[in-house]
Amino acid sequence: MANVISDETIEYVGILAKLELSGEEKEQAKADMGRMLDYIDKLGELDTSQAEPMSHVFGVRNVFRDDVVTNGDMCEDMLKNAPGEKNGMFIAPRTFE
Amino acid sequence: MGLLELTALELSGKIKDGEATVMEAAAAVLERIKEKDSIYRCYITVDEDGLMERAAKIQGKIERGELTGPFAGVPVAVKDNMCTKGMLTTCASKMLGNFIPTYTAEAVLRLEEAGALVIGKTNMDEFAMGSTTETSAYGETKNPWDTGKVPGGSSGGSAAAVAAGECFAALGSDTGGSIRQPASFCGVVGIKPTYGTVSRYGLIAYGSSLDQIGPIGKDVADCAALLETIASYDKKDSTSLKREDTDFTSALTDDVNGMKIGIPREYFGDGLDGEVREAVLNAARALEGKGAILEEFDLSLVEYAIPAYYTIAAAEASSNLERFDGIKYGYRTADYEGLHQMYKKSRSEGFGAEVKRRIMLGSFVLSSGYYDAYYLKALKVKALIKKAFDDAFAKYDVILGPTAPTTAPVLGKSLADPIKMYLGDIYTVSMNLAGLPGISLPCGRDSGGMPIGLQLIGDCFKEKNIIRAAYAYEKARGPFGGPEGAEMGAK
Repeated sequence: MANVISDETIEYVGILAKLELSGEEKEQAKADMGRMLDYIDKLGELDTSQAEPMSHVFGVRNVFRDDVVTNGDMCEDMLKNAPGEKNGMFIAPRTFE
Repeated sequence: MGLLELTALELSGKIKDGEATVMEAAAAVLERIKEKDSIYRCYITVDEDGLMERAAKIQGKIERGELTGPFAGVPVAVKDNMCTKGMLTTCASKMLGNFIPTYTAEAVLRLEEAGALVIGKTNMDEFAMGSTTETSAYGETKNPWDTGKVPGGSSGGSAAAVAAGECFAALGSDTGGSIRQPASFCGVVGIKPTYGTVSRYGLIAYGSSLDQIGPIGKDVADCAALLETIASYDKKDSTSLKREDTDFTSALTDDVNGMKIGIPREYFGDGLDGEVREAVLNAARALEGKGAILEEFDLSLVEYAIPAYYTIAAAEASSNLERFDGIKYGYRTADYEGLHQMYKKSRSEGFGAEVKRRIMLGSFVLSSGYYDAYYLKALKVKALIKKAFDDAFAKYDVILGPTAPTTAPVLGKSLADPIKMYLGDIYTVSMNLAGLPGISLPCGRDSGGMPIGLQLIGDCFKEKNIIRAAYAYEKARGPFGGPEGAEMGAK
């Protein structure tokens, strides 16, 4: 195949994606991504030099509204979904000493 | 005639006329679920607690004339990627195995306000990533027509539940064909509306520029009425559109005289199953018999739709799924050292293989050095594809083709070769890229008895054209029947 994904690339993508893959998963991911990119490379056949990249199909942009809170206080219910909570706050691992 | 044999509109009519009650309808659906869902597994959650009380409340409102809409009292199912306040919403992922939303998705809210009775949440591919409902962390749904086959995906649970009589209609979501393809495989009707027609507020995002909620039902009239019920401009979804023309049931006229229908040659080429081709072309001839004008044409760029789609969808997925970090909700790994390892381990253990595959690809195509070559390129190709459809719709009212190249594949055969599975989306992904509405409805069965889907595609905001054509075809076709007998299923 044309696209060979290196160990470094898959390591880097793992950092971006915040995923920790096992050795076997890494090999599988390298093969899968290579095959998929080979396929996506087909887009290179098209001349897109005159085309503008299109995100929203109808060109809707900058939808503003006033910054007003309309929903009620759902703090308690929201915290029930948290893996860890204390005193009305989420518990996260320590990030600095 | 049993209640389960009725369409949603027939049922609500009977309830209004006092010939049936909401409680009877709910009990009939629950009994069917108890009888069949251990086999089909359409549902992840059945909301049985308090269901009869909710049904009685709706019955009272109907009797007092407070609820008069076509979905008042109708038991419906909701795909498990739409938030339902106080009801488990898993997205078919271990990541959200214990997630109880604090609010209800706008589309579901519209349905509840119209008096529909939400029975439960249906199975799907994990985070809607898949074409078979086999990537669900809660086991696969089986096709009610043949339990050795997949129901399609990602809204496989919703489509199978409608086909099996485990609800009267359902909501699905469609990012690359996820309403239309399972509707095709399960012999029911499904509509993917124009992008922005139904609010995405409360829909757990996969590919935000492509995702759209839509109806799955037993016939075209049910789907038109359901879409009319859920379509709304919503300030809470900045991509939702203000539309005045959402009276979709007005298009149920059985009149296609003079309608111009384009048939793209590229949708009938290599890879299309012979029986599917034959059934779809027969459907086209039936419309011609009613006065529609058929013309073959060349729709360009068809082969570029799938690579463009998977690039954009993966990119958006990698960004949307960043929120699952094991802090605010969802799965958190048991053992970790420090914040970053907690993120990585939680995500790696919480997501399934297909979701991880798409997040990795998405992260790659968005990464510095590759962004222009892949992501930006795909967005430019999307613009070209939109232009190709604009040109086609300058000539035609409706584009007609198959929904999928084959009927439902055998269980357990699709996931081993992802690219082959992605190619099955060839006729559906373009509508998501270009924001177009599409409908799938049954148009025949293959020699194994499996349903074949006809797809009708309209220009943006032209749902009424495809509903008109679909309704006229349905009238010409006659009752389609269902897996549970001739009187069940698609009407």
